Amino acid sequence: MGDGVADSVVQEMDDGSVRRRRSGENTLLDARGLTKRFGDILANDRVDLVINKGEIHALLGENGAGKSTLVKMFYGSLDPDGGEILWQGRPVDIGNPAAARELGIGMVFQHFSLFEALSVVENIALALPNPGRMSELARRIETVSRDYGLPLDPDDIVADLPVGIRQRIEIVRCLLQEPQLIIMDEPTSVLTPQEADLLFLTLNRLAQEGCAVLYISHRLEEVKRICHHATILRHGQVVRECDPTKETPASLASMMVGADVASVSAGAQKPVIGNTRLALSNLSARAATPFATALNRISLDLRAGEVVAIAGVAGNGQGELFDAISGEMPVAPDMVVLDGKSCGNRNITWRRRQNAAFVPEERLGHGSVPGMKLSQNIVLTRHSTGDKLISGSFVSTAQASVLEKRIKQKYDVRMSHDDAEARSLSGGNLQKFVVGRELDRKPGILIVNQPTWGVDAGAAALIRQALIDLARSGSAVLVISQDLDEIFEIADRIAVISRGYLSEAEPASDMTRERVGLLMAGGAETQGEVA
Amino acid sequence: MRIELVKRKEHSQLMALLSPLIAVALTAFAAALIFLITGHNPLVALYKFFIEPLTQEWSLNATIAKATPLILIACGLAVCYLSNNWNIGAEGQFIVGALFGSALPILMPDFANAATLPLMLIFGAVGGALWALIPALLKTRFNTNEILTSLMLVYVASLLLDYLVRGPWRDPGGYNFPESRIFSDAATLSYIPGTSISYATLVTIAIAIVLAIVLARTLKGFEIRVMGESPRAGSFAGFSSRRLTIFAFALAGGLAGLAGTMEVSGGLNQLLPQISPGYGFTAIIVAFLGRLNPFGIIVAGFVLALSYIGGEAVQSALGVSNKIASVIQGLLLFFVLACDTFILYRIRIVGRRHAAGEVSHV
Repeated sequence: MGDGVADSVVQEMDDGSVRRRRSGENTLLDARGLTKRFGDILANDRVDLVINKGEIHALLGENGAGKSTLVKMFYGSLDPDGGEILWQGRPVDIGNPAAARELGIGMVFQHFSLFEALSVVENIALALPNPGRMSELARRIETVSRDYGLPLDPDDIVADLPVGIRQRIEIVRCLLQEPQLIIMDEPTSVLTPQEADLLFLTLNRLAQEGCAVLYISHRLEEVKRICHHATILRHGQVVRECDPTKETPASLASMMVGADVASVSAGAQKPVIGNTRLALSNLSARAATPFATALNRISLDLRAGEVVAIAGVAGNGQGELFDAISGEMPVAPDMVVLDGKSCGNRNITWRRRQNAAFVPEERLGHGSVPGMKLSQNIVLTRHSTGDKLISGSFVSTAQASVLEKRIKQKYDVRMSHDDAEARSLSGGNLQKFVVGRELDRKPGILIVNQPTWGVDAGAAALIRQALIDLARSGSAVLVISQDLDEIFEIADRIAVISRGYLSEAEPASDMTRERVGLLMAGGAETQGEVA
Repeated sequence: MRIELVKRKEHSQLMALLSPLIAVALTAFAAALIFLITGHNPLVALYKFFIEPLTQEWSLNATIAKATPLILIACGLAVCYLSNNWNIGAEGQFIVGALFGSALPILMPDFANAATLPLMLIFGAVGGALWALIPALLKTRFNTNEILTSLMLVYVASLLLDYLVRGPWRDPGGYNFPESRIFSDAATLSYIPGTSISYATLVTIAIAIVLAIVLARTLKGFEIRVMGESPRAGSFAGFSSRRLTIFAFALAGGLAGLAGTMEVSGGLNQLLPQISPGYGFTAIIVAFLGRLNPFGIIVAGFVLALSYIGGEAVQSALGVSNKIASVIQGLLLFFVLACDTFILYRIRIVGRRHAAGEVSHV
């Protein structure tokens, strides 16, 4: 789209590739040499970015590449240390989000800030500078949401709405301010494939009307599908720009990482299926809080040698299911059976001694203690599993640092100095550590919730391969994930969780994305109710 | 314009060590101002308050005697605070411990042999622990706020003491004075031979050392620190927050009760309507000034004990109200917490431009 601009300038890039400077009459936002420094870290280093009207512009990069920093400067949450931002040709100083919205820049956040106990219209009113009368606002919400194919009932209470609808609220709130540029941070990570398709229609419609979209995503398939232009950041610098429609997801990934990404091979080795290691039967649990999800008669057999994946949109009971399997949430004894032993009421330490291992979704604050060193974080999950970490009642710091070095080396955990605090590691490195900590035990049963959430492509490939290798070596692996690409890459069987119901696990070869999507959107629920 | 606290990315280890010293210096400065305002020579007052007690043997011994219960109570409180249990009721646990410990010499004055004192100390620890278990169980069972319940139980405990001393436990030969009978020699904690230091001090230092090792080196210490920093990670590690709450309260109450018994058995030798000049509350300051570390607490205990002795000194020398001791203790806690805050946060002054923006999304 931008290629059609008449007075494009040709620039020579560091890596020798040719990039066109695409600014022209149609240019909405032109960032020149934006620089932002945090202490010793250059988060953005002379970033140039041009967004034209009616363009869906992808911003790609690994975790920590500087994407969030850049968009925060566009949205006024951060002040640049150098460079300038031109908005419709005029240099502007975007001091705060209110100023950004006044210019016509809106943002839809990855994590919504909605009050669950309030209605849709009340939530939107809270976010608008001049909401006006509620009835008037409700009418506008209805009109705008219907026009853009995102129908909303203004009187619905947010707590009752699925995540996909909640995102609509954020988008509609943004649209009500008639923005010319919408920034979206990982919008599809919470959507079913069908919901994502709807969102893409809306984005296309917005683009046709001349609104620009700056689109951040880790899902390269969808970038290729809907984006007109892509800017790729690495270590805070723009390394490439390209037309994603002419690329493949693999080529986009290698641009982001700066090297070829090893492809994960699940099919290379046929799984040799052994005994049932973990059996869930009629696992039910009430919701612990009004906003938690109840589990409803979940049954699943996990056998040695296989990877079973549980797909589902966030907030459909994955966390509760993980807690029931790990033992953090006690249930009736027969609901969870490890190697033939009923243990629904046993604690997590007992289950770890049965050679089960667990990796929770939240790596910082659940899987690790933020302010503790990695070696101490090893003691966290392995103090009672025969790793010689405890002698008498004393903790062996020597043994802990032996394990820490081994895990760090084997799983390529990078940190600024030896044995750093967990909170100082980047997301991807900490994820490699919390997964590696459990894999290092060679567990017979491994339960992982969101193994590669927010992890860059290189680290994700390493973790996925390690999970497959563990299964092929005779262990049982259960992966709970919201990433369908990941699930189809590694799973032997796939089940879908929806509102606390789990569909039957079916061989991955028989599953299609469409079928998984239908199960996500409630099919699992009806199947569970029939069963 | 608005003032914000912004989280620092890195915490200086040096400042973490210096912060209590800076707090003491700021307290001395603020105390000097108060002396100046009340019309006294601040330098003389500061000397009388902080230095002179250290130059004379009797006042030094008195400081050690006052430091002992503070250190023992603060050691238990440190375990509570490290594990996120806000036990504010050590004063009540101290009093109930003293009541339990005194029951034997008051109710059975003829039971006087070598077992008397050890039994009293055990009863004292048990009594304090039981009193502390009330807020602990209320917290684990009913999710009540332990700050409120433990604090309210202080007043219950001190009224109970008052009632017993004026009523059933009053000395039959005491001419109706509100005090219990004097303990027998077998029920009296004595001094280390050749010194003026009580065995209570020795016991306290030993307990502080053991606790320091437990906290730094053992799995229990690890559990306490993990649960304090990240309860969710603690439950993932297989630690039970309920059991730890009960453990921490029982330990803190037990040590406070032991301190209470040693105080009445060693120092007062009988029960009075008032047996503590607020040790249980002052120990909160000791715990924080000592960085929740038993070795730091030993030092901090002496600093706070000095404030009691210094308060008496300026009262007698300059005629300043001895409430000045409480004022200075309060200032010290204020400055310790403020200095600690600045280790973790820095101040940012935000102009109107930024103030108009929203914070929630960033």
